[in-house]
Amino acid sequence: MMKIKITLITTTLIVPSLIPGWVLASGEDDPLLYKVIVDQLEYRDTDGPNPMVWNIDGWLGKDLNKLWIKTEGERINGITEELEVQALYSRAIAPFWDLQAGWRHENLPKPDRDWAVVGVKGLAPYLFEVDAALFVGESGRSAARLEAEYEIMLTQRWVLSPEIELNLLGKSDPERGVGSGLTDIEVGLRLRYEIRREFAPYIGINWSKLTSDTADLARAEGEKTEAGQFVVGVRAWF
Amino acid sequence: MRKTSSLLQLENASVSRRQFVQGIAMGGVVAGLSLRSSQLFANPSDQPAVATLRGNQFDLSIDQQRVNFTGATRFATTVNGSLPAPILRWREGEEVTLRVTNHLDVPSSIHWHGIILPTAMDGVPGISFAGIAPGETFTYRFRVQQSGTYWYHSHSGFQEQTGLYGAIVIDPKDKEPSHYDRDYVVQLSDWSDEDPDDVYAKLKKLSHYYNFNERTASDLWQEIQSKGVVQTWQSRQMWNQMRMSDSDISDVTGYTYTFLMNGQTPADGWVGLFRKGERVRLRFINSAAMTFFDVRIPGLKMTVIASDGQDVEPVSVDEFRIGVAETFDVIVEPNDDSAYTLFAQAIDRSGYALGTLTPDATVRAEIPALDPVPVLGHGNMGMDISSMAGMDHGAMGHGAMDHASMEHGAMEMGVMPGMDHSKISAPSGMQTQGMSMDGMNRPGMSMTEMDMTSMSNASPTTASSPALIRPVQHAPTEYGPHVDMRADNPSYRLDDPGVGLRNNGRRVLTYADLMNRYPILDTREPSREIELHLTGNMSRYMWSMNGVKFADAEPLQLKYGERVRITLVNDTMMNHPMHLHGMWSDLETGDLSRLPRKHTVVVQPGARISYQVTADARGDWAYHCHLIYHMLGMFRQVTVS
Repeated sequence: MMKIKITLITTTLIVPSLIPGWVLASGEDDPLLYKVIVDQLEYRDTDGPNPMVWNIDGWLGKDLNKLWIKTEGERINGITEELEVQALYSRAIAPFWDLQAGWRHENLPKPDRDWAVVGVKGLAPYLFEVDAALFVGESGRSAARLEAEYEIMLTQRWVLSPEIELNLLGKSDPERGVGSGLTDIEVGLRLRYEIRREFAPYIGINWSKLTSDTADLARAEGEKTEAGQFVVGVRAWF
Repeated sequence: MRKTSSLLQLENASVSRRQFVQGIAMGGVVAGLSLRSSQLFANPSDQPAVATLRGNQFDLSIDQQRVNFTGATRFATTVNGSLPAPILRWREGEEVTLRVTNHLDVPSSIHWHGIILPTAMDGVPGISFAGIAPGETFTYRFRVQQSGTYWYHSHSGFQEQTGLYGAIVIDPKDKEPSHYDRDYVVQLSDWSDEDPDDVYAKLKKLSHYYNFNERTASDLWQEIQSKGVVQTWQSRQMWNQMRMSDSDISDVTGYTYTFLMNGQTPADGWVGLFRKGERVRLRFINSAAMTFFDVRIPGLKMTVIASDGQDVEPVSVDEFRIGVAETFDVIVEPNDDSAYTLFAQAIDRSGYALGTLTPDATVRAEIPALDPVPVLGHGNMGMDISSMAGMDHGAMGHGAMDHASMEHGAMEMGVMPGMDHSKISAPSGMQTQGMSMDGMNRPGMSMTEMDMTSMSNASPTTASSPALIRPVQHAPTEYGPHVDMRADNPSYRLDDPGVGLRNNGRRVLTYADLMNRYPILDTREPSREIELHLTGNMSRYMWSMNGVKFADAEPLQLKYGERVRITLVNDTMMNHPMHLHGMWSDLETGDLSRLPRKHTVVVQPGARISYQVTADARGDWAYHCHLIYHMLGMFRQVTVS
């Protein structure tokens, strides 16, 4: 598994730098393209040390078939505290929907966990961007995640974007401090200014809450179960 | 093109938004490096004129050339160092020889757009010939069988977007049917500092990348205030369910384009001189890669005398929309000593190309403001909100036609031979003339499936509209992730001037106005009908015909000598200018004996249109949407054998 991981990370990092030379053969209606999407890269203002949080995805592929890499993580004081990577094969199944399947690795916090993933990503009616996935792990573990985002164009460049993320777990994993059921809800509201389409600094608020068993576990550890933070960051793609 | 892409990064000058829209003064081929720099100031207005080459022997050299339209230097693809390429002036009946040398380091080609010629001379790599390899010369030779205004351009990669286009003017063997004192080519185009490969990639990654006319929250608020929440909800519901934008007019806009008139930026403005009382012929050619223009000359009526090079019954208008690759010849008669602005605004109002007709090169006229940004609506799309209920998501239900507005108009035009708008109010008994059974029995446009008995008693304006609704069937290949909508009730909209031009208070040319100046030669009824659907997925930026892209498609087979009707159904929200090489498209606008001959036919969003083709040219031909970033997929080979 470690080997696969290294290969994937290498692929993620190296492939884009090789691409411009050979991707865009003229006259090709469906050229091989890539896109790196820095969806969130932000500092969150907390009482303690301010974490840097990222949500960076990328794809390589053609119109209907793509390799997707999704990463998210959190660093505090220069130390990565949370890190997960997904590598997915993505296939268009409907005009606005892709079916995505592959592998998810939760590297941090320890102990790490591996999951098989199947999900859908796309644009729902009324223009909600949705990413919904089911995860099946070792030892009968299962999980689900739903992310939805909406974009309100205040002007041609100011965009207000509410989003929500829900995580569910099939069975408790006390080693990682998460209980069964709905583990957490995260709601965000970010206001960005698109200097260019590809580059938009933003400010916003982020509110997260641990729920049910997970909240109980956190309380038992003496941790907070709810946090609201101001965020400042940048959204970019290329 | 790859070479171009690296060269396009030549200078990274920062360019202001205003410079993009207006361009810079004296923009164009960079002086000093230009082969024609010596002639740069030959024009009385002290502007570089596009050279005119005459005769029947031509040597054309395709090169890369430094240009500067925006304040930043870029490389363009030019012919004989000129952008646009030189005007070629031929004479009908003569044989022309064109030796084209490719000095690029990638293959190139020249296609003679709208010219009737043997397939081997048509200049489409992979279909009519192998293309012109770097360093090689290809000799085109063919007899000129027509007269009028045409153009030529590269058919390789995106070279046309980077400048390889020029005008062709063919003088008739016999006398011109229209008298005029001056004759100008007015060639419109769109220049981008970006590498076209990058533009295409951006559209694939974010299809609305160039649209800065999107609906905002304040638009929504205004709509709610004026129409109320319920009405607003209803009007937005369809777009929201469809996940499409009603402001999606142009894929590529003035955000990256500087619009040119004869290679001049709006800051410069092309200048044409006249003397009071002269009749001036303006040969408008849309050589843009992606941009439709709405053209008018405030203060002057324009008499349209030719469309796509072919003479039409003269029709007087204030304004016309010119689709990519179309040409319109107009005559204007300025009767005073004032200057007039040639105003060609982009269909999405993101900018304009500009010129001046003036008796004095130092005098300019006022530049009109851009019209409001057009918004697609249900009515615009030939839809009826009440029928939206049964729509399936991902597909699109075009509801019943909007009977009250354009459909009657379209129908009138369809059944009335010889009618033209300028005569519409004349009490000439047009109903009885127009309703002749002869005209109706012919499988003319919308009448194909009409119930003749019910029609014979009805005047065209009161005929039951459902008869016009021809059921449409979509091929199984149109279903899938590559197609985001299908028009369920596409309608003939010949007399619809199109989005942004309706009811603007000006007399706007429509296809219903076009009537051949002469009787057509092949009056046979088409032996069969070929229906093709223009399809795509806007957000994935994929384009196709019948849901099948060129790379996966079999050639369309025509039998040599046959007369066929081609009916196009537009299952997208974009206008598509469809260009059939090698053969005329006789557009069904009304009188079946006077069908105007076109080489490029614009199919409006959600519309249906028909034309007749005589397959009188053996060989393989290209047939495609002329929007450069659509044509890679929305393309067919046509084989006549």
